[in-house]
Amino acid sequence: MSMFRRRGDRYVATFAVDEVRVLRKVASEVVGLLTDGFDHTDPVVGRLFPEVYPEDAAGTAEFRRYTEGDLKTAKIDQAGAILAALPDEAGGEVRLDAEAAEAWLRALNDARLAMGVRLEIKDGTDLGAELDVAMAADPSSSRVFQLSVYAYLGYLQESLLNALIAE
Amino acid sequence: MPAADRPWVTIVWDDPVNLMSYVTWVFQKLFGYSREKAEQLMLDVHHKGRAVVSSGARERMEHDASQLHAYGLWATVERS
Repeated sequence: MSMFRRRGDRYVATFAVDEVRVLRKVASEVVGLLTDGFDHTDPVVGRLFPEVYPEDAAGTAEFRRYTEGDLKTAKIDQAGAILAALPDEAGGEVRLDAEAAEAWLRALNDARLAMGVRLEIKDGTDLGAELDVAMAADPSSSRVFQLSVYAYLGYLQESLLNALIAE
Repeated sequence: MPAADRPWVTIVWDDPVNLMSYVTWVFQKLFGYSREKAEQLMLDVHHKGRAVVSSGARERMEHDASQLHAYGLWATVERS
């Protein structure tokens, strides 16, 4: 698995072809979620755009009227920062400046939030144990793949954050 | 103080996905808090389920909440 390291004023990682494909897929899925049929009743959308006044639907609607367009654009742009920096289909090096690194951090977080909702990740969920159970049930299942990607994104996000704060 | 004069607060809620180190970093970044203060707030969120991260005028709190949403934190606004 690749991780980010700081080199001068850049944050650098070298990705294998499979990693590039996975990152492209998850970033595209976030963009898709925010563009095609954007739906507040989808729990993933609910998590990415929380109700700011849980007890006040009118207040929440008013807040969304003023902020949601910008928030949606920001989230699409940050997922776009991942897509823009990835090498084409082959593997290769990704070099990020500080601004792109922060966009990647936020976008990796959005992707993990979306997957966390779908995978029903709870406080205290033991990813290793979940993966063992899913593997025992069916090693070729989508859940095995999704759990692995979720764990991978967390690892990648942490490595990028560590590189950023180690200055 | 009458209710209308009390300041509003921005609350961050615990969630099972956000990395503890990331939440600490966001608090430092957005609010300019020291590492110690940001870490303490993150631990409050984690252990108590929620923490007040800023307080003041309602519009200001809504701004903070929308910033926190941009970083993927689960933030709400309420009267203190």
